[in-house]
Amino acid sequence: MHASIDWLKEYIDFPWTAEELAHRLTMAGIAIEGVEQVGEDTILGLDLTPNRGDCLGIINLAREVAALNGNELSWPAIDIRETMESADDCIRVEITAPDLCPRYTARLVRNVRIKPSPPWMQARLKSCGVRPINNVVDITNYVMLECNQPLHAFDYDLLSEAKTILVRRAQAGEHITTLDGVDRELNDESLLITDNGRPVALAGIMGGQNTEIGTETVNILLESAYFSNIGIRKTSRLVGLRSDASIRFDKGTDVNGVVFAVNRAAYLLQELADAEVIKGVVDCYPQPVAEKLVLLRPARVNYLLGTELTAEQVSGYISALRFPCEQQSSDLLVRVPSYRPDINLEADLIEEVARLHGYENIPAQFPCGIVTQGGLTELQAFRERLGTIMAASFYEVVTYSFVTARYFDLLRLPPDSPLREVVTLSNPLSEEQSIMRTLMLPGLLETVSRNLARKNNNLAFFEIGSVFHPRPPGQPEEVLKVAAIVAGRTEPGWTRSDFEMDFYYLKGIAEDLFDTLGIQNVEWRQCQEPSYHPGRSAWLVCGDAVLGVMGEIHPLVRQNFEIKPRACAMELDVGRIFELSSLKVMAENIPRYPAVERDLAIVVREELPAAAAEAVIRKRGGELLRNVSIFDVYTGEQVAAGCKSLAYKMTFQSADRTLTEAEVNGLMEDIRAALGSELQAAVR
Amino acid sequence: MIDSLLGIKEEAQQSIARAGDFETLNAIRVKTLGRKGEITQVLRGLKDLDAGQKVEVGRIANEVKDGLEKLIEAKTQQLKARQLETALQSERLDITLPGRPGKAGGRHTISQVTAQITAIFTGMGFTVAEGPEVELDYYNFEALNVPRDHPARDMQDTFYITEDMPLRTHTSPVQVRTMEKMAPQIPVKIIVPGRVYRKDDDATHSPMFHQVEGLLIDEHITFANLKAMLMLFARQIFGSDVKVRYRPSFFPFTEPSVEMDISCVNCGGEGCGVCKQTGWLEILGAGMVHPRVLEYGGYHPEKHTGFAFGMGIERIAMLKYKINDMRLLFDNDKRFLKQF
Repeated sequence: MHASIDWLKEYIDFPWTAEELAHRLTMAGIAIEGVEQVGEDTILGLDLTPNRGDCLGIINLAREVAALNGNELSWPAIDIRETMESADDCIRVEITAPDLCPRYTARLVRNVRIKPSPPWMQARLKSCGVRPINNVVDITNYVMLECNQPLHAFDYDLLSEAKTILVRRAQAGEHITTLDGVDRELNDESLLITDNGRPVALAGIMGGQNTEIGTETVNILLESAYFSNIGIRKTSRLVGLRSDASIRFDKGTDVNGVVFAVNRAAYLLQELADAEVIKGVVDCYPQPVAEKLVLLRPARVNYLLGTELTAEQVSGYISALRFPCEQQSSDLLVRVPSYRPDINLEADLIEEVARLHGYENIPAQFPCGIVTQGGLTELQAFRERLGTIMAASFYEVVTYSFVTARYFDLLRLPPDSPLREVVTLSNPLSEEQSIMRTLMLPGLLETVSRNLARKNNNLAFFEIGSVFHPRPPGQPEEVLKVAAIVAGRTEPGWTRSDFEMDFYYLKGIAEDLFDTLGIQNVEWRQCQEPSYHPGRSAWLVCGDAVLGVMGEIHPLVRQNFEIKPRACAMELDVGRIFELSSLKVMAENIPRYPAVERDLAIVVREELPAAAAEAVIRKRGGELLRNVSIFDVYTGEQVAAGCKSLAYKMTFQSADRTLTEAEVNGLMEDIRAALGSELQAAVR
Repeated sequence: MIDSLLGIKEEAQQSIARAGDFETLNAIRVKTLGRKGEITQVLRGLKDLDAGQKVEVGRIANEVKDGLEKLIEAKTQQLKARQLETALQSERLDITLPGRPGKAGGRHTISQVTAQITAIFTGMGFTVAEGPEVELDYYNFEALNVPRDHPARDMQDTFYITEDMPLRTHTSPVQVRTMEKMAPQIPVKIIVPGRVYRKDDDATHSPMFHQVEGLLIDEHITFANLKAMLMLFARQIFGSDVKVRYRPSFFPFTEPSVEMDISCVNCGGEGCGVCKQTGWLEILGAGMVHPRVLEYGGYHPEKHTGFAFGMGIERIAMLKYKINDMRLLFDNDKRFLKQF
């Protein structure tokens, strides 16, 4: 919305430069986002908040200026010479939908001379971004911009003989062709202005083509009405049409301003279109809107703002707004003018006082009250910590929570996969963002794919975020996940060679993570997840809880996401990790007696999981076996086909004595024997 | 004999001085002080001397021995020091070569800024509250004084799952959820970081973004309190020399409402492209909790007052790090992520 300063000065005087005015209005809540010199005039760009639609009218903007500087408003001229003929004999108005149209007024003017409007009017319209058309149309637009009251002009002679305007709800499926030539279908919530049964205007939005003002027009019916903002908004949405008029009705107009506006327009038609104004305003107002009375307590003003304003200061600001009020003991009973539909409660009036007093003049003061202990819950702190740990090995990404269902095919999910049960957006921006994600993997795969396309190689990313599972009819279940992906090699340096970030690389990070978070006994179970390599993926299980999945991405999935190098990913449930994590560490004394180390190499069937061998070793080693670590895995010439060699380093130690050679030898013998009998392992 | 001893001493002194390594020095020691060394050889003639001479020669021989041993010891230390010096010299590194790479990742800007904001407010005694991203219309709109068909719904183009279930358009629903849980206890002192969604997609808008919401309700919270706490926040996040100003604004869930501007972080308030020549940047919306919202939450507006605020994390991040396109934050290009 734009406002001309020249125009504004017609109603209110102020000594300020355009910049000063812009600053003062901005600091009073009427944000001015630009000041532009256009010829002799200066144009303000207004960025109005939705509650201040009234300032779409220059007069109301002038009221704001008057409230700031206390000067008197000069009202636009209305000096009508009415004819003898009475409007009541020429027009009848009836409203059958008073909820959507509480008030409808009309005036008749005769013998207009359609011609271009004078240059000053054209200039003002242009400065507000309105295209001049002819004097009649321009006058209705001019008055709308001036008074914030949209008007409509019908060609009186194109109305039927009855000359009866009926304001009624449309029937579902009823049509109207609006001024822009578009045929529009309506529903039974839309409001129509009708004449003898046929629609002549889509109320408050746009007139009908059938009664449009043309160069031949002689007599004009002027409409100035008050429509319910909710009704206008609904219909405006239904037909997909927002006009200067509908925007104003939508934000709320002044039910008591309709007569002034129609008179102002009639006066301008008389002056600029040689019109004869027919006597009287036809005013159909079945149930007058009640006046709003709001009590304003100066004590409450100070209580809420933290100020020390006197009662006189408070009432002074209300007077500056020209809001009529009465004193009631120490309080003020304020009659809120109908052009300010945004004011309903005392708090609204307190804001008026605050903004006129100036937010800058309210002191800044820290609250008193009991001291509270702020901070994070254990889960929140855990999540922060998890993020910090992950960030040592991966760059964190943020991907959209909404994705496309196409991903499920790209991920090779079977048709009956529960992950295909999704929360769907009813009005997405695009198909690409139409369902809430049920897993984190696609966002990470997309991220890798996009980076590779840009020649960013050697990638390691993680994300912490929610996935969504439908739980109709209630809200979906939102499950927090941490997911990571690696592709390519570690960053090479001149001091060491790089290596591929493969399954074991990712597993190592996960193991460190579990170790740091105090999660023990995670079991890696071979898994069959369709998006992962069947021989290189695992479920991570701890007791009864499945923490998540990790593995190399299936080659076909990589192909679907256009990822050339091998990639490995994991996706874990943050809540479950949190439940299992124990950050309570119990200190253990450092053993005083020496440790004995032994190496053991065994040959087993190639398909035997190393974890099985380790389990046997640990079981037989018992309490004295403090540590087992694998240091070599070998298949090749020196080992029989179909077999592999595993080499372990074992550390034996007792907390209360020095172990003897014989004791350790005995344990080693037990271990060898058990490996042989239970796993058919051969000792090398 | 005395002359011989002194001769040995003289010669050995010179040899020790000349010796350049441990082997030579050791050879000198063996040659002079060894069991079959020169001094021992000379002292074999001791038995032919009388008692007085024996004493005299013995004394001189011991003096010579001690002197030479000390010299050899000193020379040994000297050689050791030189040897260490040489070794250290040979181990010299090119300290201008880069170190072994350690950093392999980092947190996203949004997480970093969220953590900073959270730390500031938890330091002021706030706790962190959270809520669902798929929200009920009641919490996202209605209980925040935005009934159906309220014009304020146009401010936020909303994604819907069903008619009653939008993707939350702000973190404000958690205000009401928290109040419901806590009422009538006071104080309520929370901040709410999280993902939010609006139907917008361009250089300054993303259909998904992040907000931090704050709420403080107590017996007597004032607009003056709001000003003080938010000013403190602005100074902590943008630096102590940042200027702030407060302008009236409109939010359906606060009254009076306020917009907080900070002096432009790019030009310092002179006026530039970033601040559209105004010298000010809008960073945060706030206000006194609307009486209806207090009632929805279970508090009595005459007994309890409060303030609420909300800000876009992306906007703070963009201003703090001079990021010119919001889409960069969701593009996840490694070259961008590595910068933070």
